[in-house]
Amino acid sequence: MGLKLEINNLSFSYNGFPALEGVKLELGPGEVLGIVGPNASGKSTLLKCMNRILKTKQNTVLIDGKDVGTIGLKELAKMMGYVPQSSRNTFPFTVFDVVLMGRRPYIQWSLGDRDKEIVAQILEYLGIGNLAMRYFNELSGGEQQKVIIARALAQQPQILLLDEPTTSLDIRHQLEILCILRSLTQNKHCSVIVAMHDLNLASRFSDRMLILKKGCIFAVGNPESVITEENIEAVYGIKSRVTSSVLGRPQVTPLASETNSMVNSLLPKIATKY
Amino acid sequence: MSTTSGVERLYTKGRARKILVILSAFIALLTTVVVSVSLGSASPGFMEATQVILSRIFPFAGIDPGSKIAQTIILDLRLPRIVLAIIAGAGLAASGAAMQGVLRNPLVSPYILGISSAAGFGAALAIALGIGVVVQYEGYIVVANAFIFSMLAMLMVYGIARLRGIAPESVILAGVAVGYLFSAMLSLVQYIAPEWAAVHAVVFWLLGGLSTAKWENILIVLPLVLVAIPLLMRHSWDMNVMSSGEEVAMSLGVNPRRVVVICMVLGSLVTASIISFTGVIGFIGLISPHLARMIIGSDHRFLLPCCTVIGACLLLASDTVARTVMPPVEFPVGIITSLLGVPFFIYILLSRRRQSWG
Repeated sequence: MGLKLEINNLSFSYNGFPALEGVKLELGPGEVLGIVGPNASGKSTLLKCMNRILKTKQNTVLIDGKDVGTIGLKELAKMMGYVPQSSRNTFPFTVFDVVLMGRRPYIQWSLGDRDKEIVAQILEYLGIGNLAMRYFNELSGGEQQKVIIARALAQQPQILLLDEPTTSLDIRHQLEILCILRSLTQNKHCSVIVAMHDLNLASRFSDRMLILKKGCIFAVGNPESVITEENIEAVYGIKSRVTSSVLGRPQVTPLASETNSMVNSLLPKIATKY
Repeated sequence: MSTTSGVERLYTKGRARKILVILSAFIALLTTVVVSVSLGSASPGFMEATQVILSRIFPFAGIDPGSKIAQTIILDLRLPRIVLAIIAGAGLAASGAAMQGVLRNPLVSPYILGISSAAGFGAALAIALGIGVVVQYEGYIVVANAFIFSMLAMLMVYGIARLRGIAPESVILAGVAVGYLFSAMLSLVQYIAPEWAAVHAVVFWLLGGLSTAKWENILIVLPLVLVAIPLLMRHSWDMNVMSSGEEVAMSLGVNPRRVVVICMVLGSLVTASIISFTGVIGFIGLISPHLARMIIGSDHRFLLPCCTVIGACLLLASDTVARTVMPPVEFPVGIITSLLGVPFFIYILLSRRRQSWG
């Protein structure tokens, strides 16, 4: 159990605009890797390269030593689950049906009892069994996010990729989702890669962190070595104070002075226009 | 784990209800067949029609086969027409549902790839100018022309969309463009046609109708539809998954481009083979999927069968009305489908609280 993911010198560009450059990374089984970085630093692109949504050069993304390009989409879907940034269905489907879609890579022609059983169990595990017959598009953001995670879990993946799963959620749902992810790695020999914006949440829940800056890895390592005042200033361009949280993880408090002065210097110029 | 089995039980219950809906639609279709076979401007009614049909099915049971005229009317006129209506309705509806599903657009019909204009152009070439592209055999010039130009339109759309990576929007736009091209050429043919009668015949063909139904034609269309519809149904899961977008579809092991191409080709083949014989029967392929979706939900595993039966039922009912409402005048079925179907559609639309497009 447990797959090894290896990324070797991965570069990617959208029609000539480079998005990733020379990314090197290894992920062991049962690990939670948090990817942070400013907007447009390549977080989503990196995730999409990992599961073949974006096509990569040969031998840059390897799963258990095999190039992802050589693994069939269906086979890959059994190894890797993906939770996209936003989810919408063109047609109304019930929660049960949406999660059932996660069984797609396993279903040949008709649905087995086992598929239904797995879906029911996952819904129960995530505490959303009561939503099973509700329509997905009518749920709140937090509930929808859990359903999408449930769909990814129905794939029974050994690697789970999540793209900003907590961005639109309240603090309680953020914690819930991240606790669920942590528990997956403990019980199920599954590793998790999660891209997120919230540095404090990332440092609290990740085993290892990675900061991307303009498509390159700026720093990688345990949260203590990555979340430093210098790194944050270099990557985000803001001053901050990093302290140890009550849980013993690095905690960032951004200092407003510099951004404030920037806004203040801009404000008169904008204001004169009106 | 009592709640777990509860969730499964709820799902199984919902599934049973959907199967029941499909069965009811099927019974409605059978009823329409019985009504349709008993109605007509000529005399044979329900009893006589049943007699004729039963005597054919059980030739040694000693059932009175009925008069010669009754036999001809039932076996050579009404039955082939009923069968063709069922096949055409089913084929157009299934193609429409599949194409709406993979292109994720509610305005898509089986004609989205410009097939109807292309078939119309091909038919007009034969009817108005007497030009047959491949087949010269008298009875089939129109049919062959319509089919060949439909396929040409499909290939053109495929070629254009392929250059843009088979994204739904490029397929739809290419289809619209190719459709306009053929529709312009169709107008040109009508404009330069030497006789008014020919133009009239083209217009009549474009309205679509089942009055020319013959067993020989059915033998050509039926196998294609019988193969294509199950093949489309095979991709129900893929269509469901694609409803969440291309990236999610890929992450669930589905190649969305491939599914688009398969459904495009199968749907176009079925549609082209049908309208080559019947003319452009509109509305069924656009509206049946919406009706079915409102009645049975979006899960294509149930939607496709339901839609197929509804389409067959709708076209058969419309055609029966078209040929019996004001004998001996026969209305083009396309007019009746809309006149009957639109009020029904609006009723269903208003009586459903949930939207069928998210």
